[in-house]
Amino acid sequence: MLSQGAWQKILAFASLIALMAVFSIASENFLRSDNLIGILQATAVNGVLAVAATFVIITGGIDLSVGTLMTFCAVIAGVVLTYWGLPMPLGILAAIAAGALSGAVSGTLIAKMKIPPFIATLGMMMLLKGLALVISGTRPIYFNDTPNFSMISQESLIGAVLPFLPIPNGVLILFIVAVVSSLVLTRTAFGRYTFALGSNEEAVRLSGVNTDFWKIIVYTVSGGICGIAGLIIASRLNSAQPALGQGYELDAIAAVVIGGTSLSGGRGTILGTIIGALIISVLTNGLRILSVAQEWQTVVTGIIIILAVYADILRRRS
Amino acid sequence: MTPLVTIRDLDKSFPGVKALRKARFELLPGEVHALMGENGAGKSTLMKVLAGIYQKDAGEILIEGKPADIASPRAAQDLGISIIHQELNLMNELTAAQNIFIGREPKQAMGFLLDEGALNRATAEIFSRMNLALDPRAEVGDLTVAMQQMVEIAKALSFRSRVLIMDEPTAALNKAEIAELFGIIRQLKSEGVGIVYISHKMDELKEISDRVTVMRDGEYVGTVPTDSTSVDTIISMMVGRSLTETKTDVPDLSSHDVVLEVRNLRRSNAIQDVSFKLRKGEILGFAGLMGAGRTEVARAIFGADPLDGGDIIVRGRPVTIRSPKDAVRLGIGYLSEDRKRFGLATGMDVAANIVMPCLSKFLSLNMIIKARAIRETARSYIKQLRIKTPSDAQEVRFLSGGNQQKIVIAKWLARDCEILFFDEPTRGIDVGAKNEIYKLLNTLAAQGRAIVMISSELPEILRMSHRIAVMCEGRLTGELPADGATQEDIMRLATQRHSLTADGPNAAIGEATT
Repeated sequence: MLSQGAWQKILAFASLIALMAVFSIASENFLRSDNLIGILQATAVNGVLAVAATFVIITGGIDLSVGTLMTFCAVIAGVVLTYWGLPMPLGILAAIAAGALSGAVSGTLIAKMKIPPFIATLGMMMLLKGLALVISGTRPIYFNDTPNFSMISQESLIGAVLPFLPIPNGVLILFIVAVVSSLVLTRTAFGRYTFALGSNEEAVRLSGVNTDFWKIIVYTVSGGICGIAGLIIASRLNSAQPALGQGYELDAIAAVVIGGTSLSGGRGTILGTIIGALIISVLTNGLRILSVAQEWQTVVTGIIIILAVYADILRRRS
Repeated sequence: MTPLVTIRDLDKSFPGVKALRKARFELLPGEVHALMGENGAGKSTLMKVLAGIYQKDAGEILIEGKPADIASPRAAQDLGISIIHQELNLMNELTAAQNIFIGREPKQAMGFLLDEGALNRATAEIFSRMNLALDPRAEVGDLTVAMQQMVEIAKALSFRSRVLIMDEPTAALNKAEIAELFGIIRQLKSEGVGIVYISHKMDELKEISDRVTVMRDGEYVGTVPTDSTSVDTIISMMVGRSLTETKTDVPDLSSHDVVLEVRNLRRSNAIQDVSFKLRKGEILGFAGLMGAGRTEVARAIFGADPLDGGDIIVRGRPVTIRSPKDAVRLGIGYLSEDRKRFGLATGMDVAANIVMPCLSKFLSLNMIIKARAIRETARSYIKQLRIKTPSDAQEVRFLSGGNQQKIVIAKWLARDCEILFFDEPTRGIDVGAKNEIYKLLNTLAAQGRAIVMISSELPEILRMSHRIAVMCEGRLTGELPADGATQEDIMRLATQRHSLTADGPNAAIGEATT
C-alpha cells in the first residue's frame, strides 16, 4: 500500500504528463526544445520560492512574505553591487543573508511572540515591500556594473559541457536547491523536526526538543532560499525591480498545495512541490501558446488548485 | 535502600485552583507504586511536576537522595524520569521509530545526516525486548490506539529510565494487551526500575502494585502495602471526606410520566447495552469515573454521535434521532462539559449567546434580527437565572465560569427543552457558584423538566440526584436510590469491571432497569 504522500505525487505527476500530452496534441510548438526550456526557465523563480514555502507549510505554518522578501533580497543585492560597487560574491552573500535574517524575524514573531503565522508574515510581506521601495527610491536598480551578474540565471553551465542541453543556470540552481532541500528534509534532524512540528508540536516539546528554536530555524532557512530566488529573478531582469514580488507568494503556495503538501502540516515533499510548480508553468505556457487570454489562464489555475486539493480530500475520506 | 524519588511538601497552584498541597510521595527501586485518588485529586499534576512539565511552587524533590531541580521535560529525562501520558503524545505522520527517537536521532559519522538504519535497528531491539511484533517503519497514525500506547512505552524504555510514570496506561488496552504490558512491567521491575502506576482499576492494582499511595483534593492521604490492604480500605481512603452539604429531599415521582426511555443502546465498546428511564421532574445522576461512557451515552441520545443500535422513546413515542437538530426538535438539550469549546461563542455578547439556538424566533421577514425582542428575552433570563453581568451586551468571555454555565442553561431554556442533559455542570466553577447551579437544577426539576446530571464528583451526585445510575466501561453497572446510597456504594459500582464481577465479591448491587 502506498502512503498518502506517494499517491498525491503520482496523481500530480500524472496530471503533469496529461497536461503536456494535451498541449502537445493541441499545438506542435509546445514540445519544441526552446519552448520546453522556456517552461523550465519560467519555473525557476516560482520553484525556488515554492521550496522555501514547503519548509514552512510542513510545520503547519504559512509564509505570505516569500514574494516580497524575494524582491527585498534582490534590492539588497543591487545596493551592495551597484550602489556600493562591491564584488559579486558579496552581493550574493548579502542577498541570501538578508533573506535568512528576515526569515529569522518572522520565525521569532511566530515562535517567541506567538503571533499566528498568517498575521506575522502578512505584516512582514507589507513591511518588506515598503522597505524595498524605500531603499531603492522606488526605481529599479540595474546591474550594468556587474556584467557577470546575468550569469546567475541566464547562461548555461550545462550547455558549455553538453551543447545539446542548453539548460539555463537558473534551472540548475532550482535543481540544486530542490535536491539539497529534499535531503535536508528527509535525512537531517532539522528536517525531522520540521515534520514533527507540523505533526504534533506539543509532543515534540514534551520530548525535550526546543521547539521555538527549530521553528525559527525553519523560517530562517526558508528566508535564505527566498534570497536565492531574489538573485535568480534579478539576474534574469538584469535589475532589481522594487515594485515586483506581491502575488508570487500565492503562486508558490499553490505549487506546494498542488504537490500534495498538507496545509495542516506534517506531510509534504520537495518533489511534489517541484511537480506542482511545473504544472503551473506548463499550464501558463500551454494556454498562451493556444492564445488563451491571460485572464483566463488565471481562472484555469484557480480551478486546478481547487481540484487538486479536492482530489486529495476525496482520497483521504475513502 | 535509598529511594529513587522522594517528594516532600510539594505545593502547586494554577490560577484559581490549589492543585497540590504539601503532597508527598516515595518510590523505591524495583517497586511498582500505585497512585490513586478521585478525578481531580492531583495525581496527574504531581507526576507532571516530577516529569518537568509543570514547575513546583514549593517543596522539594530528591532523586536518589539528592535534591533535584526539574526545570523541563529534558531535565527529567536526563535524571532518568520518563512519563507516559494519559492522552498519547505522538506525531501521527512520523514512523514508530522516528517517534521514539525524536530529539535523539542517531547521526552518521559526519554528524549531519540521520542514520535511519541505526534508528530502525535500535527500535527493533526495544520492540523485541517487549515481545512486540511491530515494524519500526510503520506510520504511527495508522496504528491502533493499543499499538500507539506500546510505542509510547517503547519510547520511555529507550531512555533507559530508572523512573517510569504510567498515567492510566491500560485505558485503551484489551486483556491480552494488558497481560503483555504487565509482563513488561515485571521485567522492568526486576531490572530495578521504579514504576509509578496511576489507575482507577482496583483489580489491576492488586495484581501489579507493591504499594498504594492515596491522594485526595491535592493532599497526601496515606501509603499502604497492597497485599495487606483491602479494596474497601483503599476506597474509603480515596473518598474520605465527610458530607457537609445538605441533601435535597427526594420527591415521590412514581406518578410522573416517563418522558425519556432508552433501551439497549449500543455502540462498539463505548456503549454496551445501556437502558434507563427518566421521569418528568426527576434528576437522574450519572456517576462513574472518567471514560466510563456517560458522555458518550448523552451525546448519542442527543444525536451528536451515531449508535449501532437501541431504541429511544420520547414521551411514549419511539423516535429516531440522527442529529442534534432532531434532538432539539424533540425538546432534548445537551449542555457540554466543555463550555468553551462546544457551548459558547465566548467572543459574542450575552444576548447573542442566549438566543443562538432559537434565533429564527427573533427574525422579521426571516432575515432581519429583532434586536429589541432579543434583549428583552436575554434580560428576562439574566434575571431569572441571576446571571451576574453588567449588561446583556457584555462579551461572555469576561464572565466567571459559573455565570457562563448559566448562560448555557439559558440557551436551552430559551429553546423550551423539557429533557436536559447536564455534563459536569459544575466543573471549573467555584463553590458559591456551584450552589447557585444546584438551586437552579432543583428549580428546573420542580418546574417539571427532566434532568440527567453527569458528574464525576460523588458528593455532588449524592446531594443532587433523585436516583443514581452508575457506569463503568460503557456498561450501566447499577442503579441506586438516592436515599441511603453512599460514596462507597457508587465507587464499588464505578470500578466494577468484568474481571471483578466474575470474582463475585462485589457483585452488582442493583440491576439496571429495562
